[in-house]
Amino acid sequence: MSPSLPRYRSADWDEPVVLELGRPGRRGIYAPQVEDDVAADVDALLPPGVRRTTPPALPELSEFEVQRHYNHLSQMTLGMMGINLFGTCTMKYNPRVNERVVARPELAEVHPQQDPSTLQGILEIVHAFEGILQELSGMDRFVFQPGGGADAAYTHACITRAYHASRGELARRTEVITTIQTHPCSPATAAAAGFDVVTLPLGPDGYPTLESLKAAVSDRTAALMVGNPDDMGVYNPEMKEWVRIVHEAGGLCFYDHANFNGVMSRIRARELGFDACMYMLHKTFAGPKGGGGPAVGAYGCQPELVPFLPRPLVDLHDGVYGLDEGDERSIGRVREYWGNVPVVVKAYSWVRALGAEGIRQAADLSVIANNYMETRLLQIRGVSKSHPHLTQHRLEMTRYSLEQVHADTGIDVHDIQNRMVDFGVDAPWLAHEPWLIPEPITPEAGETWSKEDIDTWIDVLAEVVREAYEDPETVRTAPHNHAIAQVQAGGVDDPERWATTWRAHVRKRASA
Amino acid sequence: MPGPDREQDADRPAPGVAHPASGDGRRPRLGLIVNPVAGVGGRVGLKGSDGAAVQRRALWAGAVPQASVRTIRALRRLAGVTGLEVLAAPGAMGADQAAAVGLSATAIAWSGTVPSSCAPGQGLPPTTAADTRAAARELVRAGVDLLLFAGGDGTACDVHDVVGDRVPVLGIPTGVKMHSGVFASSPEAAGEATAAWLADPSPDRLVDADVADIDEVAVREDRIATRLHGRVRVPRDRARVLAAKGGTARRVDAELDAACARTMDDVAPGTLVLVGPGTTAGRALRGLGLPSTLLGVDAVRDGEDVGRDLDERGLLALLDDAPSAVLLLGVVGGQGALLGRGNQQLSPAVLRRLGPGALRVVAGRDKLAALSPGALRVDTGDAELDRRLSGHLPVRVSARETVVMAVAP
Amino acid sequence: MTPKSPTPRPVVSPSSAHPYMANSAPALRQELLDAIGVADAEELFEQIPEDHRLTGGLTLPPALRSEAELERHLRRTLAKNGDAERSLSFLGGGVWQHHVPAICDEIAGRTEFVTSEWGTPASDHGRNQAWFEFASQLGELVDLDFVGLPVYSWGCALGHAVRMTARMTGRSEVLVPANLDRERLAVLRTYCQPPEMRSAILVVPVAVDPATGGLDLDDLDLRLSERTAAVYFENPSSHGAIEARGAEISARARAAGAETIVGVDPLSLGLLAPPPSYGADVVVGSTQPLGIHMNCGGGTGGFIATRDDERYARQYPTLQVSIAPTLTPGEHGFAMALFEQSSYGRREDGNDWTGNSVYLWAVVNAVYMSLMGPEGFRELGELLIQRANHAARRIGAIPGVSIAHPHVFKELVVDVTDTGRTVAEVNAALLERGIFGGAALPDDLPAGEPDLGFAVTDEVREDAPAPTSTPSGSPVAPARQRALYCFTEVHAQEDVDRLVDALTEVLA
Repeated sequence: MSPSLPRYRSADWDEPVVLELGRPGRRGIYAPQVEDDVAADVDALLPPGVRRTTPPALPELSEFEVQRHYNHLSQMTLGMMGINLFGTCTMKYNPRVNERVVARPELAEVHPQQDPSTLQGILEIVHAFEGILQELSGMDRFVFQPGGGADAAYTHACITRAYHASRGELARRTEVITTIQTHPCSPATAAAAGFDVVTLPLGPDGYPTLESLKAAVSDRTAALMVGNPDDMGVYNPEMKEWVRIVHEAGGLCFYDHANFNGVMSRIRARELGFDACMYMLHKTFAGPKGGGGPAVGAYGCQPELVPFLPRPLVDLHDGVYGLDEGDERSIGRVREYWGNVPVVVKAYSWVRALGAEGIRQAADLSVIANNYMETRLLQIRGVSKSHPHLTQHRLEMTRYSLEQVHADTGIDVHDIQNRMVDFGVDAPWLAHEPWLIPEPITPEAGETWSKEDIDTWIDVLAEVVREAYEDPETVRTAPHNHAIAQVQAGGVDDPERWATTWRAHVRKRASA
Repeated sequence: MPGPDREQDADRPAPGVAHPASGDGRRPRLGLIVNPVAGVGGRVGLKGSDGAAVQRRALWAGAVPQASVRTIRALRRLAGVTGLEVLAAPGAMGADQAAAVGLSATAIAWSGTVPSSCAPGQGLPPTTAADTRAAARELVRAGVDLLLFAGGDGTACDVHDVVGDRVPVLGIPTGVKMHSGVFASSPEAAGEATAAWLADPSPDRLVDADVADIDEVAVREDRIATRLHGRVRVPRDRARVLAAKGGTARRVDAELDAACARTMDDVAPGTLVLVGPGTTAGRALRGLGLPSTLLGVDAVRDGEDVGRDLDERGLLALLDDAPSAVLLLGVVGGQGALLGRGNQQLSPAVLRRLGPGALRVVAGRDKLAALSPGALRVDTGDAELDRRLSGHLPVRVSARETVVMAVAP
Repeated sequence: MTPKSPTPRPVVSPSSAHPYMANSAPALRQELLDAIGVADAEELFEQIPEDHRLTGGLTLPPALRSEAELERHLRRTLAKNGDAERSLSFLGGGVWQHHVPAICDEIAGRTEFVTSEWGTPASDHGRNQAWFEFASQLGELVDLDFVGLPVYSWGCALGHAVRMTARMTGRSEVLVPANLDRERLAVLRTYCQPPEMRSAILVVPVAVDPATGGLDLDDLDLRLSERTAAVYFENPSSHGAIEARGAEISARARAAGAETIVGVDPLSLGLLAPPPSYGADVVVGSTQPLGIHMNCGGGTGGFIATRDDERYARQYPTLQVSIAPTLTPGEHGFAMALFEQSSYGRREDGNDWTGNSVYLWAVVNAVYMSLMGPEGFRELGELLIQRANHAARRIGAIPGVSIAHPHVFKELVVDVTDTGRTVAEVNAALLERGIFGGAALPDDLPAGEPDLGFAVTDEVREDAPAPTSTPSGSPVAPARQRALYCFTEVHAQEDVDRLVDALTEVLA
């Protein structure tokens, strides 16, 4: 092994499941003492027969034991503590100052139904951030209620329903068009909202042909939901024409700006003609992932769709911020209240820390880093690039295939993932379903990671590929440097063996 | 995009999987057949290995037999199966490869010449399709739990002809053409799926798979001629299915059933529905509780059976009486063959009568994604008709989704 | 269309390195460009046609590159807010002010959890275990053994649960209490879709018994039919009332072939019987009370739990973490179970989806439940019910003020109609006294009339009643002036005294 590779070892606390810990009688926390005037016979306050008779079988731990247990669990979580180039998720530094700011009681202890006069600070930030997104996208209004990118896509599907219903065309407009490389949340949410999905496969240039779009568009078309550039780093240069064709047929056009990082300051949904777009504040705008939320899918649209937006929106009148509940055309809510407000504050803070020049710099650096990676990755045995015939530079990520490695050694990309984490780097993202190229990996370097980090990551991949050829058993049985060995997930879809709770596990273990 | 909407971690059988203690205490019994000449043509661009002439040309061009190497790779994944009993065809047809990984194989009864292994470049063991079929017969007779074979589509057809759906089979991919659904994604995946099946041989872990073959002469002339040959039962290749994130085989099955049902729902009352060959199209009839003809064309109207295994005349007669008609087709093989000369009933006359707007196509999304180039192909033998059928066609992949595919001659 | 060669643009002058970007120093950036072999970064954007590009620069607020300036700006802006720590707040409804243990905040801030994304089961083992412990402990609280990872909110959990039952039963109506929280109702509508859609589910309100605050069983009988997929009720109700007849409701639902979905406040479950004991098939609720700050509504989260029965399990739209063995004999780890469940079967015409949710909060919820233990939940439940009843006695004694229901848990409806004042007037006066009064309640929905929500035109359903509900839509003056007040362990007797004094003064 090359001496420059990280000699990583995960913490291994051999931590039992919390329900196995503790002893009866221990306490972790007390409720306040009931004052004498407040005290009453609890049974007398309850209607008959509603009181719990068997206490919940929760663990009984001291305060310190709880603290130690969960700190141990955190230490057995790699979670971007090393190098994480997880493509399509735009892993970047989540500024710690933002965590400190949103933990202040002026945000943490705020109720969304407070009188707006007591919400002026947070409304000002939400309003200012909306202004920033208006500038970055050219859209007219934004809403932050959706709890993630998929929820923003669902929001669009609901708005599509409302828009066509308002024109009396909903019964006829039953189809949403998307592409095979658009994130699966677009077809899934369109279907959840009741639409049929029409998917366009890739054409010879790495994006779907204009002819296939024309074949798909009809008077049944409700909307186009599409991402650009795609997760292979390919930009569809015909997108303006796409939008024109769909508009001509009476459909709406939604831009999933999941891959915005590399095109920030160069591309806006407005210039391309889109009616609506979505940004993920927990990736492009440096909100933390939290392992999967709380997150925000910021949804923006052109004026003709504003009446249909979920409410409330934030308005400014005569120097006072207020909440606009809209009218009966609004789709209402996709989630309670106004969204994950702390994430909006973090995103606002990130843009303020960068300014327009910093945004441009971040976009440039993410594309530079990706193209730098390509110069080294293609030198590794068995690594090839998606669409090798396309010679133009890719944007902020590129998809590679390890098909040759798999064919030669039987080591697949899951094995590669499991082995790479042994070096303290997070596993790379593979690809969304369906896989269009075999044995895919999709790294994305972004603007955060140093050249040294990127080089180390590539060195680790090269080492794991070398092992695949020379010592495949080590790769196949990886990881070896983590708290636990490779998980055998074969039984988790089997009702006899899955267990999503400890009590189900105990029962099934006993009957096994 | 958000991370946790993704599935992680390959699903692998544990090494050391033990055969469950069954009532009779029998050990898991595996049958093994290797077609040692499979895969000879591919590396030299000959598009298949059928026929002695091609095999000779391949050897002259320096081809190395891959079957043996790949079989050994698959068998390595069986090392942990407790109490495994291997019954193998003799010599280079299986016993040698089993021995190479330390599995003691029981030889099957064999009357012919024992094919011997050969070093690369020393000529090929002289085996034939007849040898494959003879070995398969012996293994079925010996009561194997699974017949693992190494070869290509031709070998799959030979195995099918003997085994049918009586014994589960699984292919180690070694051949050049693998249009049949019986092959695992890699030799290792074949080994793992075999180990998993032998550990837990429950019938609901089996799925139907089409066995296809193509006319290799046509392929070498750059025409398509994928033909459906039959149907076998294969264990789910869990590693592959999960790796492709397509969910379980059960889900893929459910999606195709739903796709067929939706297609039938969308047909206006009174419309004649012709159901083409293959397991995919056949789901539409099974969904209505009707039998389907695997290699033929059936007809249904308003949920009623109006014709089985129809020939061209029968189809034309039905169409004469039908004010409106559609044709439901699956996609056969890895070349995207939609209509080929193999389906003689679906003649140019029948297709002209139907018109290009009458095609309803159902296919699995993974099958479409794997097509390269990404187009469906028609080769009716009538160039003008092929042109009329070309363009774009929505292919239904689930109840709620269609994929717009290019169609080309 | 082919991209044109890029035209020169004003080059960013990367005058100095940015703290968030390791390669931003000019020399380091140049080193990468040299390795690629391009002179200018602009060459890397060659795929983007000229006519797609934004012309001219962006106008954004000036950069605050020093952390000191940035934090000062954010702190000063947020300081314009009022909050429930400096003021006395009795707001509840869908976000509640509870005590958040210090360890919850510590774990919520652990960078490993905060920045984690999606590694392998081994490399994210600790986090996956914490998720499993969330589901396991919640399962103990609700007395069920199949629990998904949380969704965005209680309303979203309800929406998914209703769709699950619609798929399971093949039916397309859900019965809900006429006083269902309007935020949750609005969310439920978007999950149930307008009636034009193939898989639309009709939301039908059931009257609430004004005396008890529980469901009106006679009206329930009228609404139940062979179209009913599920009956949904909450315990305590959206108006804070304890439902005493849960078993009768679920028995009626079952007799009609419908499922029973119950929404709960998890903090009630040390005191109140778990919903399966009175017939619940699916239990949903909020995770926010379990150690999450209100966060201006950004603390919401929802859970879904059922029996570990394939019939339910295969309908889950959420992610589930299952315990699973590893390659090391006797060792276990965790893996995702039943991924993309909702695409099974023919009936699932509309797939649900999974995506980012509130998984960081799930870790914190696990911490909270571990701290509380069985005694903590019992004690807190007993405190809350005593505090709410004490407040009800005190407030109900103010002339002209009435408390709607006899059995409350932590929230109660304060009716000031007879004082001649509006809730808005009362709250404005309370605010001057540093108190956030309870939020105004709309009238109950008309029982039996399908709630069609918004964005449905008259031509769609000519017999449809005009939407009258808030929060969206034009405000309609309610018949009664009612407000929902919430009392928790963060309040002391003196806080209630202060509220009562203020109300007495305001209403005098």
